[in-house]
Amino acid sequence: MILIFAEVQNKTFKKQTLELVTYGSKVAKMLNTSCVVLVLGEAENAGQLGKYGANKVYQVVNDHLNTFDSQVYTQVIAKTAEQIDASVIVLAHSSTGKSILGRLAARFNAGSVAAVNTLPSIDGNSFEVQKTVFSSKAIATYSIKSEKKILSLSGNSIAPEILGNEVEVELLSIDVPAPKVRVKEVKKVAGIVPLPEAELVVSAGRGLKGPENWGIIEELAKELGATTACSRPVADTGWRPHHEHVGQTGVAIRPNLYIAVGISGAIQHLAGVNNSKTIVVINKDPEAPFFKAADYGVVGDLFDVVPKLTQAVKDFKSK
Amino acid sequence: MKILVCISQVPDTTAKISFKEGNTVFNTDGVQFIMNPYDEWYALVRALEIKESQGGSVTVINVGPAENETVIRKALAIGADDAIRVNAVSSSALFIAKQIAEVAKAAQYDIVFTGKETINFNRSEVGAMIAEYLDQPYISYATHLDLQGKTATIVREIEGGSETLEVDTPFVISAAKGLAEQRIPNMKGIMTAKKKTLKVVEPIAFDDISFPVRYELPPSKAGVKLLDADNMEELVRLLHEEAKAI
Repeated sequence: MILIFAEVQNKTFKKQTLELVTYGSKVAKMLNTSCVVLVLGEAENAGQLGKYGANKVYQVVNDHLNTFDSQVYTQVIAKTAEQIDASVIVLAHSSTGKSILGRLAARFNAGSVAAVNTLPSIDGNSFEVQKTVFSSKAIATYSIKSEKKILSLSGNSIAPEILGNEVEVELLSIDVPAPKVRVKEVKKVAGIVPLPEAELVVSAGRGLKGPENWGIIEELAKELGATTACSRPVADTGWRPHHEHVGQTGVAIRPNLYIAVGISGAIQHLAGVNNSKTIVVINKDPEAPFFKAADYGVVGDLFDVVPKLTQAVKDFKSK
Repeated sequence: MKILVCISQVPDTTAKISFKEGNTVFNTDGVQFIMNPYDEWYALVRALEIKESQGGSVTVINVGPAENETVIRKALAIGADDAIRVNAVSSSALFIAKQIAEVAKAAQYDIVFTGKETINFNRSEVGAMIAEYLDQPYISYATHLDLQGKTATIVREIEGGSETLEVDTPFVISAAKGLAEQRIPNMKGIMTAKKKTLKVVEPIAFDDISFPVRYELPPSKAGVKLLDADNMEELVRLLHEEAKAI
Protein backbone atom coordinates (compact mmCIF):
# COMPACT_ATOMS: atom_id res chain seq x y z
CA MET A 1 0.00 0.00 0.00
CA ILE A 2 0.99 3.58 -0.60
CA LEU A 3 -0.07 5.97 2.15
CA ILE A 4 -0.55 9.65 1.37
CA PHE A 5 -0.95 12.17 4.17
CA ALA A 6 -3.35 14.84 2.91
CA GLU A 7 -3.00 18.17 4.70
CA VAL A 8 -6.17 20.08 5.41
CA GLN A 9 -6.30 23.84 5.48
CA ASN A 10 -9.53 25.57 6.49
CA LYS A 11 -11.30 22.27 5.86
CA THR A 12 -10.20 22.22 2.22
CA PHE A 13 -7.33 20.68 0.26
CA LYS A 14 -4.54 22.71 -1.26
CA LYS A 15 -3.35 22.09 -4.80
CA GLN A 16 -0.23 20.49 -3.31
CA THR A 17 -2.41 17.81 -1.73
CA LEU A 18 -4.01 16.99 -5.09
CA GLU A 19 -0.50 16.74 -6.61
CA LEU A 20 0.43 14.38 -3.81
CA VAL A 21 -2.57 12.11 -4.39
CA THR A 22 -1.81 11.88 -8.12
CA TYR A 23 1.83 11.11 -7.29
CA GLY A 24 0.77 8.40 -4.82
CA SER A 25 -1.56 6.86 -7.35
CA LYS A 26 1.23 6.66 -9.92
CA VAL A 27 3.66 5.10 -7.44
CA ALA A 28 0.92 2.61 -6.47
CA LYS A 29 0.52 1.58 -10.13
CA MET A 30 4.29 1.09 -10.44
CA LEU A 31 4.25 -1.20 -7.41
CA ASN A 32 1.01 -2.89 -8.36
CA THR A 33 -0.75 -1.84 -5.20
CA SER A 34 -3.31 0.77 -4.18
CA CYS A 35 -3.15 4.34 -2.97
CA VAL A 36 -4.65 5.13 0.43
CA VAL A 37 -5.09 8.72 1.57
CA LEU A 38 -5.23 9.77 5.22
CA VAL A 39 -7.02 12.98 6.13
CA LEU A 40 -6.47 14.34 9.64
CA GLY A 41 -9.07 16.71 10.99
CA GLU A 42 -12.32 18.01 9.55
CA ALA A 43 -12.51 18.44 5.81
CA GLU A 44 -15.27 19.08 3.34
CA ASN A 45 -15.71 16.42 0.70
CA ALA A 46 -12.62 14.32 1.36
CA GLY A 47 -14.06 11.73 -1.02
CA GLN A 48 -13.17 13.98 -3.97
CA LEU A 49 -9.54 12.89 -3.50
CA GLY A 50 -10.63 9.71 -5.29
CA LYS A 51 -10.80 11.74 -8.48
CA TYR A 52 -7.08 12.44 -8.24
CA GLY A 53 -6.20 8.79 -7.78
CA ALA A 54 -7.02 7.76 -4.19
CA ASN A 55 -8.40 4.22 -4.02
CA LYS A 56 -9.42 4.71 -0.42
CA VAL A 57 -9.73 7.71 1.89
CA TYR A 58 -9.44 7.36 5.66
CA GLN A 59 -10.18 10.21 7.99
CA VAL A 60 -9.51 10.79 11.66
CA VAL A 61 -11.45 13.56 13.35
CA ASN A 62 -10.39 14.53 16.87
CA ASP A 63 -10.03 17.84 18.70
CA HIS A 64 -6.39 17.04 19.42
CA LEU A 65 -5.68 17.36 15.69
CA ASN A 66 -6.83 20.99 15.56
CA THR A 67 -3.38 22.08 16.75
CA PHE A 68 -0.43 20.95 14.68
CA ASP A 69 1.97 18.99 16.88
CA SER A 70 4.39 16.86 14.86
CA GLN A 71 4.52 14.22 17.60
CA VAL A 72 0.76 13.74 17.60
CA TYR A 73 0.43 13.73 13.80
CA THR A 74 3.35 11.32 13.47
CA GLN A 75 1.75 8.91 15.88
CA VAL A 76 -1.58 8.87 14.01
CA ILE A 77 0.06 8.53 10.59
CA ALA A 78 2.33 5.76 11.88
CA LYS A 79 -0.59 3.82 13.36
CA THR A 80 -2.47 4.07 10.08
CA ALA A 81 0.61 2.98 8.15
CA GLU A 82 0.90 -0.07 10.39
CA GLN A 83 -2.78 -0.93 10.00
CA ILE A 84 -2.65 -0.92 6.21
CA ASP A 85 0.95 -2.16 6.03
CA ALA A 86 2.10 0.81 3.95
CA SER A 87 5.34 0.28 2.04
CA VAL A 88 5.69 3.89 0.90
CA ILE A 89 4.48 6.96 2.80
CA VAL A 90 4.41 10.28 0.94
CA LEU A 91 3.98 13.72 2.51
CA ALA A 92 4.07 17.23 1.10
CA HIS A 93 7.40 19.04 1.46
CA SER A 94 5.61 21.78 3.41
CA SER A 95 6.16 23.23 6.88
CA THR A 96 3.94 20.42 8.19
CA GLY A 97 5.43 17.62 6.08
CA LYS A 98 8.99 18.64 6.94
CA SER A 99 8.19 18.30 10.65
CA ILE A 100 6.79 14.79 10.19
CA LEU A 101 9.05 13.16 7.56
CA GLY A 102 12.11 12.71 9.77
CA ARG A 103 9.99 11.54 12.72
CA LEU A 104 8.40 8.78 10.63
CA ALA A 105 11.81 7.74 9.30
CA ALA A 106 13.23 7.48 12.83
CA ARG A 107 10.16 5.72 14.15
CA PHE A 108 10.10 3.04 11.46
CA ASN A 109 13.87 2.97 10.90
CA ALA A 110 12.92 3.65 7.29
CA GLY A 111 14.91 5.30 4.53
CA SER A 112 13.62 8.76 3.70
CA VAL A 113 14.24 11.36 1.05
CA ALA A 114 12.99 14.93 1.49
CA ALA A 115 11.89 17.24 -1.32
CA VAL A 116 11.81 14.70 -4.15
CA ASN A 117 10.68 16.11 -7.48
CA THR A 118 10.32 13.04 -9.72
CA LEU A 119 8.48 9.74 -9.68
CA PRO A 120 10.70 6.96 -8.34
CA SER A 121 12.49 4.63 -10.65
CA ILE A 122 11.79 1.11 -9.44
CA ASP A 123 13.56 -1.99 -10.66
CA GLY A 124 13.22 -5.15 -8.64
CA ASN A 125 14.42 -4.21 -5.17
CA SER A 126 16.04 -0.99 -6.29
CA PHE A 127 14.10 2.18 -5.46
CA GLU A 128 15.60 5.50 -6.55
CA VAL A 129 14.31 9.07 -6.42
CA GLN A 130 15.77 12.41 -7.34
CA LYS A 131 15.98 15.69 -5.48
CA THR A 132 17.93 18.89 -5.97
CA VAL A 133 20.96 19.38 -3.72
CA PHE A 134 23.63 22.05 -3.15
CA SER A 135 20.90 24.72 -3.14
CA SER A 136 19.64 23.70 -6.62
CA LYS A 137 23.14 23.62 -8.12
CA ALA A 138 22.96 19.83 -8.63
CA ILE A 139 20.55 16.92 -8.76
CA ALA A 140 21.13 13.83 -6.62
CA THR A 141 19.70 10.36 -7.14
CA TYR A 142 18.98 8.69 -3.81
CA SER A 143 18.66 4.99 -3.25
CA ILE A 144 16.41 3.70 -0.46
CA LYS A 145 17.28 0.24 0.82
CA SER A 146 14.73 -0.28 3.59
CA GLU A 147 11.40 -2.04 3.11
CA LYS A 148 9.44 1.03 4.22
CA LYS A 149 10.18 4.23 2.35
CA ILE A 150 9.22 7.75 3.31
CA LEU A 151 9.21 10.64 0.86
CA SER A 152 8.23 14.28 0.85
CA LEU A 153 7.25 15.74 -2.51
CA SER A 154 8.18 19.28 -3.55
CA GLY A 155 5.29 21.46 -4.71
CA ASN A 156 4.73 21.90 -8.46
CA SER A 157 6.65 18.66 -9.23
CA ILE A 158 3.69 16.91 -10.82
CA ALA A 159 0.35 18.21 -12.09
CA PRO A 160 -2.83 16.87 -10.44
CA GLU A 161 -4.67 14.57 -12.87
CA ILE A 162 -8.19 13.26 -12.91
CA LEU A 163 -7.62 9.52 -12.56
CA GLY A 164 -10.81 8.16 -11.05
CA ASN A 165 -14.05 8.89 -9.25
CA GLU A 166 -15.06 10.08 -5.82
CA VAL A 167 -14.61 7.44 -3.18
CA GLU A 168 -16.25 6.78 0.15
CA VAL A 169 -14.56 8.16 3.23
CA GLU A 170 -14.07 5.80 6.13
CA LEU A 171 -13.67 7.27 9.61
CA LEU A 172 -10.92 5.59 11.57
CA SER A 173 -10.95 5.48 15.33
CA ILE A 174 -7.39 5.90 16.49
CA ASP A 175 -6.34 7.18 19.90
CA VAL A 176 -5.00 10.67 19.49
CA PRO A 177 -2.77 11.91 22.33
CA ALA A 178 -3.05 15.50 23.54
CA PRO A 179 -0.62 17.91 21.84
CA LYS A 180 2.29 19.27 23.87
CA VAL A 181 2.49 22.31 21.60
CA ARG A 182 0.03 25.12 22.30
CA VAL A 183 -0.67 27.29 19.25
CA LYS A 184 -1.42 30.88 20.26
CA GLU A 185 -1.77 32.67 16.97
CA VAL A 186 -1.61 32.01 13.23
CA LYS A 187 -0.93 34.96 10.93
CA LYS A 188 -1.60 34.41 7.25
CA VAL A 189 -2.16 36.75 4.39
CA ALA A 190 -5.69 36.00 3.23
CA GLY A 191 -6.67 35.36 -0.36
CA ILE A 192 -3.15 34.85 -1.72
CA VAL A 193 -1.57 31.60 -2.87
CA PRO A 194 1.43 31.10 -0.54
CA LEU A 195 4.78 31.29 -2.34
CA PRO A 196 5.83 27.63 -2.10
CA GLU A 197 2.60 26.65 -3.87
CA ALA A 198 2.39 29.52 -6.37
CA GLU A 199 2.58 28.70 -10.08
CA LEU A 200 3.25 32.29 -11.08
CA VAL A 201 5.51 34.62 -9.10
CA VAL A 202 6.43 38.26 -9.70
CA SER A 203 9.43 39.30 -7.63
CA ALA A 204 11.28 42.58 -7.23
CA GLY A 205 14.57 43.76 -5.79
CA ARG A 206 16.47 46.88 -4.92
CA GLY A 207 16.00 48.19 -8.46
CA LEU A 208 12.54 49.26 -7.35
CA LYS A 209 14.22 52.01 -5.26
CA GLY A 210 11.61 52.10 -2.48
CA PRO A 211 8.45 50.53 -1.04
CA GLU A 212 6.32 53.34 -2.48
CA ASN A 213 6.99 51.96 -5.96
CA TRP A 214 5.68 48.49 -5.15
CA GLY A 215 2.34 49.27 -6.83
CA ILE A 216 3.60 48.42 -10.33
CA ILE A 217 4.69 44.97 -9.11
CA GLU A 218 1.33 44.34 -7.48
CA GLU A 219 -0.51 45.43 -10.61
CA LEU A 220 1.47 43.03 -12.78
CA ALA A 221 0.95 40.23 -10.25
CA LYS A 222 -2.77 40.97 -10.06
CA GLU A 223 -3.12 40.91 -13.83
CA LEU A 224 -1.31 37.55 -14.01
CA GLY A 225 -2.91 36.08 -10.91
CA ALA A 226 0.59 35.74 -9.49
CA THR A 227 1.99 35.85 -5.96
CA THR A 228 4.51 38.60 -5.16
CA ALA A 229 7.97 37.94 -3.78
CA CYS A 230 11.14 39.93 -3.13
CA SER A 231 14.90 39.67 -2.82
CA ARG A 232 16.76 39.62 0.48
CA PRO A 233 17.74 43.33 0.68
CA VAL A 234 14.11 44.29 0.14
CA ALA A 235 12.95 42.12 3.05
CA ASP A 236 15.90 43.15 5.24
CA THR A 237 15.14 46.86 4.85
CA GLY A 238 11.51 46.17 5.69
CA TRP A 239 10.00 47.23 2.36
CA ARG A 240 8.23 43.89 2.22
CA PRO A 241 7.40 41.23 4.86
CA HIS A 242 9.94 38.45 5.45
CA HIS A 243 7.68 35.66 4.25
CA GLU A 244 7.94 37.15 0.74
CA HIS A 245 11.73 36.78 0.68
CA VAL A 246 12.81 34.14 -1.84
CA GLY A 247 16.37 32.85 -1.98
CA GLN A 248 18.80 30.77 -0.01
CA THR A 249 17.89 32.13 3.40
CA GLY A 250 14.26 32.76 2.49
CA VAL A 251 11.67 30.62 0.77
CA ALA A 252 12.72 28.21 -1.99
CA ILE A 253 10.19 28.09 -4.81
CA ARG A 254 9.60 26.21 -8.07
CA PRO A 255 6.83 28.00 -9.94
CA ASN A 256 6.03 27.65 -13.64
CA LEU A 257 6.92 31.29 -14.17
CA TYR A 258 9.23 33.57 -12.19
CA ILE A 259 9.46 37.19 -13.24
CA ALA A 260 12.41 38.97 -11.59
CA VAL A 261 12.27 42.75 -11.68
CA GLY A 262 15.30 44.82 -10.71
CA ILE A 263 17.09 41.84 -9.12
CA SER A 264 20.73 41.38 -10.12
CA GLY A 265 20.71 37.62 -9.47
CA ALA A 266 23.24 36.94 -6.70
CA ILE A 267 24.07 33.26 -6.29
CA GLN A 268 22.14 33.13 -3.00
CA HIS A 269 19.03 34.48 -4.70
CA LEU A 270 19.34 32.02 -7.59
CA ALA A 271 19.60 29.15 -5.11
CA GLY A 272 16.00 29.78 -4.10
CA VAL A 273 14.47 30.32 -7.53
CA ASN A 274 16.38 28.49 -10.24
CA ASN A 275 14.03 25.51 -10.09
CA SER A 276 11.42 27.80 -11.71
CA LYS A 277 10.39 26.36 -15.07
CA THR A 278 10.56 29.68 -16.91
CA ILE A 279 12.47 32.74 -15.73
CA VAL A 280 11.96 36.27 -17.07
CA VAL A 281 14.46 38.91 -16.02
CA ILE A 282 13.84 42.63 -16.31
CA ASN A 283 16.91 44.73 -15.49
CA LYS A 284 18.48 47.90 -16.79
CA ASP A 285 21.99 46.44 -16.46
CA PRO A 286 22.72 44.11 -19.39
CA GLU A 287 25.60 42.64 -17.34
CA ALA A 288 23.30 41.55 -14.48
CA PRO A 289 24.24 37.90 -13.72
CA PHE A 290 20.56 36.95 -13.60
CA PHE A 291 20.34 37.09 -17.43
CA LYS A 292 22.55 34.00 -17.58
CA ALA A 293 19.92 32.02 -15.66
CA ALA A 294 16.96 33.49 -17.56
CA ASP A 295 14.86 32.17 -20.44
CA TYR A 296 13.62 35.61 -21.46
CA GLY A 297 15.15 38.95 -20.71
CA VAL A 298 14.31 42.60 -21.14
CA VAL A 299 17.10 45.14 -20.78
CA GLY A 300 15.46 48.38 -19.79
CA ASP A 301 14.17 50.70 -17.09
CA LEU A 302 11.75 48.67 -15.01
CA PHE A 303 9.54 51.73 -14.44
CA ASP A 304 9.02 51.77 -18.20
CA VAL A 305 8.97 48.02 -18.89
CA VAL A 306 6.73 46.70 -16.09
CA PRO A 307 3.65 48.87 -16.86
CA LYS A 308 4.02 47.92 -20.55
CA LEU A 309 4.15 44.24 -19.64
CA THR A 310 1.10 44.66 -17.39
CA GLN A 311 -0.77 46.28 -20.28
CA ALA A 312 0.28 43.50 -22.66
CA VAL A 313 -0.98 40.86 -20.22
CA LYS A 314 -4.25 42.78 -19.91
CA ASP A 315 -4.63 42.90 -23.71
CA PHE A 316 -3.78 39.21 -23.98
CA LYS A 317 -6.39 38.23 -21.42
CA SER A 318 -9.13 40.32 -23.01
CA LYS A 319 -8.58 38.61 -26.35
CA MET B 1 19.44 25.83 30.38
CA LYS B 2 21.58 23.00 29.11
CA ILE B 3 21.71 23.38 25.35
CA LEU B 4 23.04 21.25 22.48
CA VAL B 5 23.61 22.84 19.06
CA CYS B 6 24.06 20.52 16.06
CA ILE B 7 26.48 21.91 13.50
CA SER B 8 27.32 20.72 10.00
CA GLN B 9 30.24 21.43 7.73
CA VAL B 10 29.17 22.43 4.20
CA PRO B 11 30.78 23.83 1.05
CA ASP B 12 30.88 27.64 0.93
CA THR B 13 27.74 29.14 -0.65
CA THR B 14 29.73 30.34 -3.65
CA ALA B 15 31.61 27.03 -4.17
CA LYS B 16 31.68 25.60 -7.66
CA ILE B 17 29.80 22.31 -7.58
CA SER B 18 31.28 19.37 -9.50
CA PHE B 19 31.53 15.60 -9.09
CA LYS B 20 34.09 12.89 -9.66
CA GLU B 21 34.40 9.08 -9.79
CA GLY B 22 31.64 8.74 -12.35
CA ASN B 23 29.51 11.45 -10.72
CA THR B 24 29.20 9.50 -7.48
CA VAL B 25 31.35 11.69 -5.24
CA PHE B 26 31.33 15.45 -4.62
CA ASN B 27 34.58 16.94 -5.87
CA THR B 28 36.10 18.87 -2.95
CA ASP B 29 39.12 20.14 -4.93
CA GLY B 30 39.48 23.85 -4.30
CA VAL B 31 36.25 23.96 -2.26
CA GLN B 32 36.21 26.05 0.91
CA PHE B 33 34.23 24.56 3.77
CA ILE B 34 32.22 26.57 6.27
CA MET B 35 29.85 26.01 9.14
CA ASN B 36 26.29 25.62 7.79
CA PRO B 37 24.98 29.22 7.97
CA TYR B 38 21.66 28.31 9.65
CA ASP B 39 23.58 26.44 12.37
CA GLU B 40 26.11 29.21 12.89
CA TRP B 41 24.21 32.45 12.45
CA TYR B 42 20.87 31.52 14.01
CA ALA B 43 20.97 28.28 16.06
CA LEU B 44 24.32 28.80 17.79
CA VAL B 45 23.92 32.52 18.42
CA ARG B 46 20.40 32.19 19.88
CA ALA B 47 21.65 29.37 22.12
CA LEU B 48 24.48 31.62 23.36
CA GLU B 49 22.07 34.50 23.99
CA ILE B 50 19.90 32.23 26.14
CA LYS B 51 22.95 31.08 28.11
CA GLU B 52 24.10 34.68 28.58
CA SER B 53 20.74 35.81 29.95
CA GLN B 54 19.78 32.74 32.00
CA GLY B 55 22.95 30.80 32.65
CA GLY B 56 23.63 27.21 31.68
CA SER B 57 25.84 25.74 29.00
CA VAL B 58 26.08 25.42 25.24
CA THR B 59 27.65 22.30 23.73
CA VAL B 60 28.11 21.90 19.98
CA ILE B 61 28.05 18.53 18.25
CA ASN B 62 29.21 17.48 14.79
CA VAL B 63 29.13 14.09 13.10
CA GLY B 64 32.15 14.06 10.83
CA PRO B 65 35.82 13.37 10.27
CA ALA B 66 38.78 15.09 11.99
CA GLU B 67 38.96 17.66 9.15
CA ASN B 68 35.75 19.18 10.55
CA GLU B 69 37.55 20.36 13.69
CA THR B 70 38.36 23.74 12.14
CA VAL B 71 34.65 24.47 11.92
CA ILE B 72 34.04 23.03 15.39
CA ARG B 73 36.78 25.31 16.83
CA LYS B 74 35.08 28.25 15.16
CA ALA B 75 31.86 27.41 17.04
CA LEU B 76 33.90 27.37 20.26
CA ALA B 77 35.46 30.71 19.31
CA ILE B 78 32.00 32.21 18.81
CA GLY B 79 31.21 31.17 22.38
CA ALA B 80 30.18 27.53 22.80
CA ASP B 81 31.51 26.00 26.04
CA ASP B 82 32.58 22.63 24.71
CA ALA B 83 32.23 20.36 21.71
CA ILE B 84 31.63 16.75 20.77
CA ARG B 85 32.65 15.20 17.46
CA VAL B 86 31.21 11.82 16.55
CA ASN B 87 33.96 10.30 14.48
CA ALA B 88 32.08 9.11 11.38
CA VAL B 89 31.54 10.04 7.75
CA SER B 90 28.00 9.62 6.48
CA SER B 91 25.58 11.40 4.19
CA SER B 92 22.58 9.57 5.65
CA ALA B 93 20.32 11.86 7.69
CA LEU B 94 19.09 8.98 9.84
CA PHE B 95 22.64 7.86 10.66
CA ILE B 96 23.59 11.39 11.72
CA ALA B 97 20.41 11.88 13.77
CA LYS B 98 20.89 8.52 15.51
CA GLN B 99 24.43 9.44 16.58
CA ILE B 100 23.35 12.83 17.91
CA ALA B 101 20.34 11.33 19.69
CA GLU B 102 22.59 8.80 21.46
CA VAL B 103 24.72 11.60 22.87
CA ALA B 104 21.69 13.75 23.72
CA LYS B 105 19.86 10.92 25.51
CA ALA B 106 22.71 10.42 27.90
CA ALA B 107 23.27 14.12 28.62
CA GLN B 108 19.60 15.25 28.89
CA TYR B 109 19.63 18.67 27.24
CA ASP B 110 16.79 21.14 27.76
CA ILE B 111 16.94 22.33 24.14
CA VAL B 112 18.53 20.78 21.04
CA PHE B 113 19.04 23.25 18.19
CA THR B 114 19.61 22.49 14.49
CA GLY B 115 19.66 24.81 11.50
CA LYS B 116 16.53 24.70 9.32
CA GLU B 117 18.44 22.71 6.69
CA THR B 118 22.00 22.30 5.43
CA ILE B 119 22.86 24.19 2.28
CA ASN B 120 24.33 21.08 0.63
CA PHE B 121 21.65 18.41 1.08
CA ASN B 122 18.69 20.74 1.78
CA ARG B 123 16.83 17.99 3.60
CA SER B 124 15.54 19.51 6.80
CA GLU B 125 15.22 16.00 8.25
CA VAL B 126 17.77 15.61 11.04
CA GLY B 127 15.99 17.80 13.64
CA ALA B 128 12.72 15.89 13.35
CA MET B 129 14.58 12.58 13.54
CA ILE B 130 16.42 13.58 16.73
CA ALA B 131 13.11 14.72 18.25
CA GLU B 132 11.52 11.36 17.49
CA TYR B 133 14.45 9.43 18.95
CA LEU B 134 14.24 11.59 22.09
CA ASP B 135 10.41 11.49 22.17
CA GLN B 136 10.27 15.27 22.36
CA PRO B 137 8.32 18.02 20.54
CA TYR B 138 9.94 19.42 17.40
CA ILE B 139 9.44 22.98 16.24
CA SER B 140 10.71 23.69 12.74
CA TYR B 141 11.77 26.94 11.06
CA ALA B 142 11.80 29.09 14.18
CA THR B 143 12.30 32.80 13.61
CA HIS B 144 11.80 33.87 17.23
CA LEU B 145 12.33 32.17 20.60
CA ASP B 146 11.77 33.51 24.10
CA LEU B 147 12.00 31.57 27.34
CA GLN B 148 10.12 32.12 30.62
CA GLY B 149 11.27 29.43 33.01
CA LYS B 150 10.58 26.15 31.25
CA THR B 151 8.10 27.62 28.79
CA ALA B 152 9.23 28.78 25.37
CA THR B 153 7.28 31.09 23.10
CA ILE B 154 8.26 30.40 19.51
CA VAL B 155 7.31 31.96 16.20
CA ARG B 156 7.79 29.66 13.24
CA GLU B 157 7.45 30.17 9.50
CA ILE B 158 4.53 28.51 7.78
CA GLU B 159 3.38 28.89 4.18
CA GLY B 160 2.42 32.51 3.59
CA GLY B 161 2.74 33.57 7.22
CA SER B 162 3.74 32.59 10.72
CA GLU B 163 2.54 30.62 13.72
CA THR B 164 3.13 31.57 17.36
CA LEU B 165 3.15 28.72 19.85
CA GLU B 166 4.17 27.72 23.35
CA VAL B 167 5.97 24.57 24.36
CA ASP B 168 7.80 23.42 27.49
CA THR B 169 11.37 22.18 27.58
CA PRO B 170 12.78 19.74 26.63
CA PHE B 171 12.28 20.15 22.87
CA VAL B 172 14.13 20.17 19.55
CA ILE B 173 14.02 23.32 17.41
CA SER B 174 15.28 24.20 13.92
CA ALA B 175 16.54 27.73 13.38
CA ALA B 176 15.62 29.98 10.44
CA LYS B 177 16.63 33.50 9.53
CA GLY B 178 15.49 36.04 12.09
CA LEU B 179 16.18 33.92 15.19
CA ALA B 180 19.46 35.78 15.87
CA GLU B 181 22.15 37.90 14.25
CA GLN B 182 25.45 36.51 13.03
CA ARG B 183 28.41 36.92 15.43
CA ILE B 184 32.01 37.22 14.30
CA PRO B 185 34.46 35.53 16.69
CA ASN B 186 36.91 37.97 18.31
CA MET B 187 40.59 37.39 19.12
CA LYS B 188 39.87 36.46 22.75
CA GLY B 189 37.28 33.94 21.58
CA ILE B 190 39.70 32.41 19.12
CA MET B 191 42.43 32.12 21.80
CA THR B 192 40.16 30.56 24.44
CA ALA B 193 38.62 28.18 21.87
CA LYS B 194 41.93 26.36 21.67
CA LYS B 195 41.71 25.44 25.36
CA LYS B 196 38.08 24.31 25.35
CA THR B 197 37.20 20.61 25.45
CA LEU B 198 36.57 18.90 22.13
CA LYS B 199 35.59 15.35 22.93
CA VAL B 200 35.77 12.73 20.17
CA VAL B 201 33.38 9.79 20.49
CA GLU B 202 33.07 6.76 18.25
CA PRO B 203 29.74 6.19 16.47
CA ILE B 204 27.34 3.42 17.38
CA ALA B 205 26.80 0.85 14.61
CA PHE B 206 23.95 1.86 12.34
CA ASP B 207 23.24 0.90 8.73
CA ASP B 208 22.81 3.55 6.04
CA ILE B 209 19.49 2.83 4.36
CA SER B 210 19.01 5.96 2.27
CA PHE B 211 21.84 7.82 0.60
CA PRO B 212 22.80 9.58 -2.65
CA VAL B 213 24.23 7.19 -5.24
CA ARG B 214 24.98 9.63 -8.03
CA TYR B 215 24.82 13.28 -8.97
CA GLU B 216 24.31 15.35 -12.06
CA LEU B 217 24.34 19.03 -12.87
CA PRO B 218 21.00 20.59 -13.81
CA PRO B 219 20.41 20.91 -17.56
CA SER B 220 21.85 24.23 -18.64
CA LYS B 221 19.55 26.93 -19.98
CA ALA B 222 19.45 27.33 -23.74
CA GLY B 223 20.44 30.97 -23.30
CA VAL B 224 18.38 34.06 -22.71
CA LYS B 225 16.08 35.36 -25.43
CA LEU B 226 16.22 39.14 -25.25
CA LEU B 227 13.14 41.19 -26.07
CA ASP B 228 12.70 44.85 -26.75
CA ALA B 229 11.05 46.88 -24.00
CA ASP B 230 8.58 48.21 -26.55
CA ASN B 231 7.48 44.74 -27.58
CA MET B 232 5.93 43.25 -24.47
CA GLU B 233 3.16 41.72 -26.63
CA GLU B 234 5.84 39.42 -28.02
CA LEU B 235 7.00 38.43 -24.51
CA VAL B 236 3.43 37.59 -23.52
CA ARG B 237 3.00 35.58 -26.73
CA LEU B 238 6.19 33.61 -26.02
CA LEU B 239 5.19 32.99 -22.41
CA HIS B 240 1.87 31.64 -23.64
CA GLU B 241 2.85 29.71 -26.77
CA GLU B 242 6.47 28.71 -26.25
CA ALA B 243 6.93 28.47 -22.47
CA LYS B 244 3.26 27.60 -21.84
CA ALA B 245 3.64 29.44 -18.56
CA ILE B 246 0.51 31.61 -18.81
